[in-house]
Amino acid sequence: MQAIGLTFVDWLVIAIYFGFVLGIGFYLRRYTKTEEDFFLAGRKNSAWVAGLAFLSANLGALELLGMTGNTYKYGVYVAHFYWIGAIPAMLFLGLYMMPFYYSSRIKSIPGYLKLRFDEKTRVLNGISFGVMTLLVSGINLYAMALVLHTFLRWNWDVSIWASAVTVALYVTMSGLMSAIFTEIIQFFLIWFGLFLVSVLGILEIGGPGEVFSRVPEAFAKLWSTSGDPTQNGMLVTWGGIVLGLGFVLSFGYWTTDFLVVQRALSAKDLRSARMTPILASFFKMGVPFLVIMGGLIALALARDPSSGFALLQDGGKINYDSALPMLIARYYPPGLIGLGITALLAGFMAGQAGNISAFNTVWTYDIYQSLFNRKASSKHLLWMGRVATLAGILLSVGTAYWAKSFPSIMDYMQAIFSWVNAPLFATMLLGMFVKWITPNGAFWGLICGMGSSFTMFLAVKFSWIDPRLITMSGVQSDMAANFWRAWWAWLICFVVTIVISLFTKKKPEEELTGLVKGLTPKVAGAPVPLLRRPGFWAILSLAILVALNIWFW
Amino acid sequence: MNEPNEPKKMKPIWYFVGLVLLSMGAVILLTGIYGLATGTKHTTVLARLHPDVWWGAVMVAAGAIFFFKNR
Repeated sequence: MQAIGLTFVDWLVIAIYFGFVLGIGFYLRRYTKTEEDFFLAGRKNSAWVAGLAFLSANLGALELLGMTGNTYKYGVYVAHFYWIGAIPAMLFLGLYMMPFYYSSRIKSIPGYLKLRFDEKTRVLNGISFGVMTLLVSGINLYAMALVLHTFLRWNWDVSIWASAVTVALYVTMSGLMSAIFTEIIQFFLIWFGLFLVSVLGILEIGGPGEVFSRVPEAFAKLWSTSGDPTQNGMLVTWGGIVLGLGFVLSFGYWTTDFLVVQRALSAKDLRSARMTPILASFFKMGVPFLVIMGGLIALALARDPSSGFALLQDGGKINYDSALPMLIARYYPPGLIGLGITALLAGFMAGQAGNISAFNTVWTYDIYQSLFNRKASSKHLLWMGRVATLAGILLSVGTAYWAKSFPSIMDYMQAIFSWVNAPLFATMLLGMFVKWITPNGAFWGLICGMGSSFTMFLAVKFSWIDPRLITMSGVQSDMAANFWRAWWAWLICFVVTIVISLFTKKKPEEELTGLVKGLTPKVAGAPVPLLRRPGFWAILSLAILVALNIWFW
Repeated sequence: MNEPNEPKKMKPIWYFVGLVLLSMGAVILLTGIYGLATGTKHTTVLARLHPDVWWGAVMVAAGAIFFFKNR
């Protein structure tokens, strides 16, 4: 293919972005004096700042490209990832889980496991989260270099190192604060950089209704074809969507993944922390206008031979990830091309910074301080956080080159989340809401959940077992298998945790105050106006979610 | 008043968002206006709508609001 050509003004726009993120890191350095400044951004962010960062930490470029491509492949089914696959979990986090996280003054999710259960559960989760985060960060870095090489013909090494060095500089200087600042800038760049693609696509095709009328009917439906997996492109039933994606994977990610929860912990008070995921939910529901609409526009154009639009082909196979870059190249003149590329670059780099800032916190508190240096001073921990940032970046770069040698590692990325997050959600749910769950129950439940998820992945991958045993359906896709594997891993962890807890020693109730529902006294605060209540906004968000699902039924 | 070694109050993130949008929007808007003035013909679809001009203007306006409200 011919690479997307950049002009001087496009390079200028890209240079402005790099200049700003480095400048912000440098500017914030003078305000980063304590370990709390570095790891939790001083716990002084408003709900808006924490909320946009919460959403942006998840809104990476890989997701934008992948989900636009998936829409081209599967239709509006992909919206399940943004609606049922995110919103209920985000609201649950804000309403029910955040009071325990925030009020216990933890610095990380493994830190909560230490307080609620014991040191070994904390270390187990800290190590699995650290490994997962570095793998994801490295694979993202590789994916970024792949995208830049494919569409812009940029050099691999330059792409990987320029991005890694920039992220290393600004995260090392000011930790989570600079990561949050750049995530919010990324949020605006993604909306300003990609919103116009959908607008111009709709204008060219003749309206949103016309876009939907030009794609296959099943591609425009969200639920009505979910009774029979052969009738939808994802080959998944509503049971897989609700249990696997809507419940386990979604709740596992949004309520326990420290990458996103860390943003809420940076809020200035409990109300702001609770509002963080609730505010983010409104924007999350809007993201499909960028990715779903973009994918449908690409599909509608590709089905019309007179449009001259086609996705790239790699070795005879359609490269679905090329949908968004091809639309940018179709509509954007010089200057705007630079903005579109900057939006993707910002997505990649902010995603990497998010991973690294979560990694340095978990490494410093839950692995280094817990296992090697319990008496470390605050100053030493701050220093260790900076060292962990640089080491994390180097390990990510190493993973990126490893992924370049073995590109099939990309297939494992989605699966990694179901290895770690799905069982962890069972542990958290039981830990927060059932007081008699024991430390040994949690530890062995987590081991069995993670082990079973990994074993199921290998068993299906290498055909040791019939996949129908997992998906309970004669037809299935990798995505359907992911949903169902997550569900089984969660269930195994849930059952094992309960059974072992029945026979092992419980923690004294006085040690669980503030950590478990039922043992936490309700604090009667001053009356709050309706518009400032998290519950009001959560109900509004839920109502919009229901309306969207009915609209696209 | 700040002590000599105490840093000034930190600018809010919205200030930087404003600056980024303002500077990028200005580059895009000026490029679009230059293209209009010189009659440069772009080969992109819907180029006749001059998306760089009006989208650049939208970015400048949004950036200016963020920047001036948070100076």
